[in-house]
Amino acid sequence: MSAPIHIQPGETFTLNVGPQHPATHGVLRVKLEMDGEYIVHSETVLGYIHRMHELMGENRTYPQVLPNLSRMDYLGALGYTHGHVLAIERAAGIEVPERAEYIRAITVELNRIASHLFWFGAFVMDLGGFTPLMYAIEDREYILDILERVTGSRLTYCYYRFGGLYNDIDDEFVPATKALIPRMRESLKKYDALVTGNIILQKRLKDIGPLSKELCRKYGATGPVARGSGIDFDVRKNEPYSVYPEFDFDVPVYHECDSFARYKVRMDEMEQSLRIIEQGLEKLPDGPIMPEKKPKLIKPPAGDYYQAVETARGSFGIRIVSDGGKNAYRFKLRSPTYSNMHLFDEACEGMLIMDALALMGSLDLVIPEIDR
Amino acid sequence: MIKDTVKKALQELFPVPEPVVEETPPAETAEGEKTDAKKKPKKEEPRVNGVLERDYNACGYHLDVQLDPSELLAAVLILDKAEFFIESITGVDWIKENQLEVVYDFSRYDFDLCRVVIRTRTPRTEPKVPTISKIFSGANWHERETHDFFGIKFEGHPHLIPLLLPEDADFHPLLKDFKP
Repeated sequence: MSAPIHIQPGETFTLNVGPQHPATHGVLRVKLEMDGEYIVHSETVLGYIHRMHELMGENRTYPQVLPNLSRMDYLGALGYTHGHVLAIERAAGIEVPERAEYIRAITVELNRIASHLFWFGAFVMDLGGFTPLMYAIEDREYILDILERVTGSRLTYCYYRFGGLYNDIDDEFVPATKALIPRMRESLKKYDALVTGNIILQKRLKDIGPLSKELCRKYGATGPVARGSGIDFDVRKNEPYSVYPEFDFDVPVYHECDSFARYKVRMDEMEQSLRIIEQGLEKLPDGPIMPEKKPKLIKPPAGDYYQAVETARGSFGIRIVSDGGKNAYRFKLRSPTYSNMHLFDEACEGMLIMDALALMGSLDLVIPEIDR
Repeated sequence: MIKDTVKKALQELFPVPEPVVEETPPAETAEGEKTDAKKKPKKEEPRVNGVLERDYNACGYHLDVQLDPSELLAAVLILDKAEFFIESITGVDWIKENQLEVVYDFSRYDFDLCRVVIRTRTPRTEPKVPTISKIFSGANWHERETHDFFGIKFEGHPHLIPLLLPEDADFHPLLKDFKP
């Protein structure tokens, strides 16, 4: 038996959250220096699931890297593969048929909803409510079934190709997606009634974990985290790519800067994604899904290319430095949660630990995507 | 337009207002690609320091700045004042030129889209670049990551220990001469 520990007033102790802890949603470790229930200092320790995708990107040819991108973020994989193919298409100057771009946009938005649904369930579970997760998973399963039918996988999609898609959608995709839209709208109403108005949730989130505009800018936070802090920034609007300029949708922005604002941003984003899917299905043109003329071997001319896309978690950037060969000379992945997580250390100082965990949940972390 | 004001401010960093070198944007068509590849043997001159305006559609950013490490902080301060946010920091190993390059990406939150890329080069034998984490706190992790992968020392960094690699790692896996 070890001797009992007596802590003097004002004395701090170290608390390890993770690397195996349900609140960190993966293998993330946060070293907290605690004064009672209050956090004095926090240090995030990364690298538990670091797989060096950037080196793999240099060692493999461009098409061989395609599956790597979906292993980064297992919840919103399509957004990342979309960024990758767009970057290579920009570098190598490959034209994409319109139908392929529309299907890409529809599937990315479906994936965004699935990702937000899972976040919603897990986040409420962090705060102590288990039931909403079950509802969220049920809806998410429906979306995964639709995506499985066209992409062939349920989680780590590798559906896009340079210039287009792996295969065309089938007859059942459009009706199934059309049926999803009213179903999701009903569900969103249900979540609103079940969770958003819940007094416990509101007390746990309102005015908790404030992230100021300036803090977001200094750390380069993007996505729902920035939009919850009153920053009207969405790569789909600010730096339009693909066919997003064709769609009429809004970017939800909340100015409260607290965890509840980030919660509301994501809940509203699901409705906006539904709007995009609705319009995409309406406008979906006929035609080929791959360009007629495409280089057999992808060899972008020497240079330095950057492409940003809006994933479920924020602005994902990919930089390709090419020396004209069939492998990338440098393959850099800028992951949004990396920057979003970074501000946690500064933001959580002086907070109660239970509030800090609510803040961490509201950042929507996916650890393989931070560590890459 | 923010692009013009920032460009003007950045150009003041370079003592002699040198004529802006117009670079032909990378060929977009498949045809251009072929001719480009054939002409390759011609050795490229190393780029002089200065501000270049790039074709956004071809490469994805607007301003491309190359400078010496000593001028880095001044350039970053200009961007900080103009309310840019830091996107990422990339290291590149140019082993043939015996140099390491650090690339800083900056972007904006508003609709006046302007992506700025700052490049700086440092000798491969003793890579040293001043830290910008005192201006942009978010650079802290990016610099630690670049230190992990390339061994570039960011002078003045408060906590330059491995971030993604094991805590006792003494190798730099993204160097081109790295052998596992």
